[in-house]
Amino acid sequence: MSVYINRSLCNGCGALKESRCSEVCPGDLLYKDIENKCAVRDPWDCWDCASCIKECPRQAIEIRLPVQLGGRGSALKAKSIGGRIIWRLTKPDGSEEIFDIVTINE
Amino acid sequence: MIETGAEGTRECVEKLRSEVKIVRVNVDIVIVGGGTAGCFAAVSAKEASPNTSVLVIEKAHIKRSGCLASGVNAINAYLNPGETPQSYLEYVKRDSAGLVREDLVLTIGQRLNRVTEKLESWGLPFIKDEFGRYKARGKRNVEIVGEAIKPIIAKAVEESGVTVLNRTAATNYIVKDGRVAGVFAFSAREKTFYIISSKAVICASGGAAGIYRPNNGSSARHKMWYCPFNVGTGLAMGLRAGAEMTTFEMRFIALRIKDVISPTGTVAQGASARQINALGEAYQKRYENNSTPVRTYAVVEENKAGRGPCYLDFTHLPESENRRLKEAYLNMSPGMVLKWADEETEPNGKAVEVCTSEPYIVGGHGQAGYWVDEYRESTVKGLFAAGDVAGGAPKKYVTGCFAEGEIAAQTALEYIKMIKTNSETEVCGDENLDRELARVFGPLYRTAGANPDEYEDRLQKIMDEYAGGISTNYELCEPKLIAARKMLVLLQQDVERRLMARDLHELVKAHEVIDRILVARVLVEHLLYRKETRWRSYQERADYPGRDDQQWFKFVNSVYDSSKDLIKIIERPGKAGVLS
Ligand SMILES: Cc1cc2nc3c(=O)[nH]c(=O)nc-3n(C[C@H](O)[C@H](O)[C@H](O)COP(=O)(O)OP(=O)(O)OC[C@H]3O[C@@H](n4cnc5c(N)ncnc54)[C@H](O)[C@@H]3O)c2cc1C
Repeated sequence: MSVYINRSLCNGCGALKESRCSEVCPGDLLYKDIENKCAVRDPWDCWDCASCIKECPRQAIEIRLPVQLGGRGSALKAKSIGGRIIWRLTKPDGSEEIFDIVTINE
Repeated sequence: MIETGAEGTRECVEKLRSEVKIVRVNVDIVIVGGGTAGCFAAVSAKEASPNTSVLVIEKAHIKRSGCLASGVNAINAYLNPGETPQSYLEYVKRDSAGLVREDLVLTIGQRLNRVTEKLESWGLPFIKDEFGRYKARGKRNVEIVGEAIKPIIAKAVEESGVTVLNRTAATNYIVKDGRVAGVFAFSAREKTFYIISSKAVICASGGAAGIYRPNNGSSARHKMWYCPFNVGTGLAMGLRAGAEMTTFEMRFIALRIKDVISPTGTVAQGASARQINALGEAYQKRYENNSTPVRTYAVVEENKAGRGPCYLDFTHLPESENRRLKEAYLNMSPGMVLKWADEETEPNGKAVEVCTSEPYIVGGHGQAGYWVDEYRESTVKGLFAAGDVAGGAPKKYVTGCFAEGEIAAQTALEYIKMIKTNSETEVCGDENLDRELARVFGPLYRTAGANPDEYEDRLQKIMDEYAGGISTNYELCEPKLIAARKMLVLLQQDVERRLMARDLHELVKAHEVIDRILVARVLVEHLLYRKETRWRSYQERADYPGRDDQQWFKFVNSVYDSSKDLIKIIERPGKAGVLS
C-alpha cells in the first residue's frame, strides 16, 4: 500500500459530493466513508501516480513506497498553488527536502 | 438475486430493466478514452468544426487519467534541427527490424513539431537552450516540465466546447448494418447504462497492461510502468465488432528502474548514464545492435549468463545535478525519489539497478493495435483509432498520439458528412440493448463464483508461464502457446458464467478482466503464427530463433468472429503502406 490518509486532517472536502482526491484517482480507489473522510479501497491497485496528494487542499494524503519495494518510511506530500507544485519529501531520519516547481506557464 | 447462468433470461432482463437507469445520448462523434490521443482528437474536431457535437467518454476523470496521470518529462518524438519526417521514419523502421507501416509513421512525423508547439501554447513549460529553442535530449527528444501535462490538456478540452462524461466505461460498439453507430457504456458511480448513438466513433482507450504477471506482486502489483487501468478494452471492443488487428506479437517490454519500474530515459539520455553489468562491463556492445528491443534483450541475456544485475551508472554527475534529477522524477514518477530517500542516497550516490518489465500490448511503443489506413480508419466503417490502441506505428509516444488523434478527427469529420442522423432507437433495437445490458450488469447479480482479482491472477499466471512472461525470460514455443490457448478458452468460459462483482467498482474491474482475456487469446494466436524471431525479447521464439526475411516480411493480422468465438489470422504484405 502506498497512499496514506491522515484522518485528523481530512474533512472529505466538506460538503462536496465527491472529495477532490476521489474525483481524480485514475483507478477510482478513493471514496468518502461514513465519517465523511476519505479512505482507500483495494490499496494493492494503487499505481503511485500521486494524483490524489496533488489535489488534496489540506495535505492530508501522503505516498510512501510499499515495504515490498524497500519502503522505509520516506514520504511525499504535495501542494498545488496556481501553476506551481510544492513537494515536501520526508526522509527516514526525519529530515525534509522541499521542491518548488513551476508546472504551468501563464 | 439471479441464479448463475440465468443472465439471458426474460426474468433477468426485466429485473435489469427495472433496476438500471437507461440513458440515451445522441451526438455526431464519440471518442472512447479521454487520454492523450482522445483529448487531442476532441479538440481538433471541435476547432475544425465548432457545430459538430463531440462527446468524450472516460473511465476515470480526464484531469488525471491514463498514461499521463503522473506527468512526463520529455517529448520523446520531436524533430530537432537536422531531423525530418523521413529520418524519423528511417529510425523507427531500423529500430523495428525493418517492418513498420511507413505511411502511418510518416504521417505522424509530418505533424510532430506542430502538435508539440500547440502543447506549449496551452501552457506546458518547455526547457529552452541558449538559442531559445527547445532543449534537445538526443535527436528526437526535448525536455519539458511535464507534471501538469494532463490537467493542461484537460483544460484545453474543457475550453473547446467538447462534452465529457467522466467515470463512464465503454463496453462495446453499437454496430448497425456493418457500420459502427455508437457505443454502450456504464457509469462507475450509479447503476446507469448509456446507449450513445453517433455518426462516428474514435477509439483512443490506450494499450493494455496486466495481461502478464507484473514485476511486483501482491501489495505492490500495480507498481508498474504502463497505466494499470489501461487494459485493452478498446482492443476487445474492436475485436468483438470484427475490426482487424495487427502485430499483437510485437509486445513491448520496457527496460526500467528496478522495483519502482520508473522510466530510464531521464538518466540514460538526460544524464548520459553508462549501462553496465555487475562486472562493470559496458555490456551492450556484446549484442547485435542497440535497438530498443535489443537493449531489453541484452539485460535478459546478461542476467541469464550470471553477469547481472545490470545498472545505469551516472555516479559521474556533479552534486549540482542531483536536485535536477529528483525534480525530473517528481514530474513523472515520484516513486523514484522515494526510493533514493529510502536508500539514503542521492542520485549520483550509486548506480541504479535496471530490470525488464512484463510484456505490455501497446501500439505507441510496440506495434500492436487496430489495423488502420493512413487516415486512421479501421476496417469497420465509422470506426477510427488513434494512439496506443492503434497498431503499425511504434515509437509514437505523446506527440505521435496527438498526431494520430488529429488525423482521426479530420477523417471522422469528413466521414460524418455522408451519414444521415439516426434516431437512437433505430440504431439500437431492444434485443441488442437487452443482450448488452445483461452482459454488462450480469456479474453484479451472480450468487456463486469468483471475483475479478482471482480471475486476473489466473490470466496472469497462464500468460507468464506459457506465453513468454518474465519468469520464462519472455521465450516462446509452440507447445506452451497451445497449452495457453486451451487454458484461456476455459478461463473465458468460467468468467462468462462465474465472474462476480459486489459493487460498481468491482463491475469495472470485472469488465477489465473480461477484456484482457480476449486480448490475451488473440495475442497467443499472433505469437503462434509468426514462426521466426524478429523483435528480440518482445517476440522471442525459442523454437524459431532466426529471422526469416524471405517468408516473414509481412504483417500478422487477426479478426475475431464473436458469433462463432473464432480468431482468424490474416497475412498482410510487409510492403503494405510502403510509400513509393
Ligand atoms: C509512466 C509513463 C511515462 C511516459 N513518459 C513519456 C515521456 O516522457 N514522453 C513521451 O513522449 N511519452 C511518454 N510515455 C508514453 C505516452 O505517455 C503514451 O504513449 C501516450 O500517453 C498514450 O496515449 P493514449 O491516448 O493512447 O493513452 P492514454 O493517454 O493512456 O489514454 C487512454 C484513456 O482511455 C481511458 N479508457 C480506458 N478504457 C476505457 C473505457 N473502457 N472507457 C472509457 N475510457 C477508457 C483511460 O482511462 C485513459 O484516459 C510514457 C508512458 C508512461 C506509461
